[in-house]
Amino acid sequence: MIRSDVLKTLIPLISDELVVTNIGLPSQEMHLLDDQPSNFYMLGTMGLASSIGLGLALAQDKKVIAVDGDGSVLMNFGTLPTIANNPAPNFILLIIDNGSYGSTGDQTTYTGMKTSLADVARACGCDNVVECSAEDTKDAVVKALAGEQMTLIISKCESGNIKVPVIEMDPVVIKDRFMKAVNA
Amino acid sequence: MSVNDVIMQAMRENGIDFVTTVPCKQLAGVIEKIEQADDMRHVPANREDEGMGLCAGAYMGGAKPAIIMQNTAIGVTINALATLIQFYRMPLPMLISYRGEVGEPVACQVEMAVHTKALLDQLSIPTYHFHNPEDAQETSAILSHCFMARKPVALLMDATFWKGA
Repeated sequence: MIRSDVLKTLIPLISDELVVTNIGLPSQEMHLLDDQPSNFYMLGTMGLASSIGLGLALAQDKKVIAVDGDGSVLMNFGTLPTIANNPAPNFILLIIDNGSYGSTGDQTTYTGMKTSLADVARACGCDNVVECSAEDTKDAVVKALAGEQMTLIISKCESGNIKVPVIEMDPVVIKDRFMKAVNA
Repeated sequence: MSVNDVIMQAMRENGIDFVTTVPCKQLAGVIEKIEQADDMRHVPANREDEGMGLCAGAYMGGAKPAIIMQNTAIGVTINALATLIQFYRMPLPMLISYRGEVGEPVACQVEMAVHTKALLDQLSIPTYHFHNPEDAQETSAILSHCFMARKPVALLMDATFWKGA
């Protein structure tokens, strides 16, 4: 399974939840598969999807799922100790770990080599770290949504992309409808 | 009233309840007060662009955020300012310790000080330079202006200003 296959399995679960999606193909895939006002497409700041998700989770009570990638978490490792030390029980960080920079041509990341994000997250103090296969990701998300604890899921999947259009929606519209969904 | 107290009062007057910080010696007093404040959530960040991500999320969650940082970090925040805060049109008060100005003991700090205003100007970020302790009285109005305009706004507070701390 590649990232878009994993996302497809999650859509029935997360369609009505607040979702922050990573730059590039993850946002474009979510936009194509299930565009929702409750999706915040982060279009420009690689690495910050988890930070935006955490800030959102700390500021209000609804569940928040940040869909991030291995390359992006590698770029912003500082996010992991911040997540660990600022508990947000309503926050789920789902890292789709395909070991590659998918949006730029599938160049290998270090998690595709020796680096384990689960080990790094635990070393940073994250308490509830789940590493699972692409196939088991749905079950892990079901459990995380039902739970009352911050969950960090690392979904190990294959590298590969589907053809998706860029998001042409105005960023202020993306923000405005998302904020209305937060308040709904 | 010390400038630290004036800044705290201005933040309260504007309902700021979510503050992310990367420390600076000059900002230590304010950061300590934020940490102790019951009506503000303090989330220390490891890097300033991470902090801007936290503030963006908090804002969309209904909070009124602010970031406290050094001017030496402007460089690492350019993309976050342009493609997150400005692109989505969000307010972000940036309370910035303006290192490298007159009174600075560390020569290296001057190197980013000489670029600070030019970078903020290039980004078209409204910028206010606090030099005298009484300049702190403008903080509340500037914060209000920031949330009205839904833009990042920079408050540069130099070493002479912090003598009022």
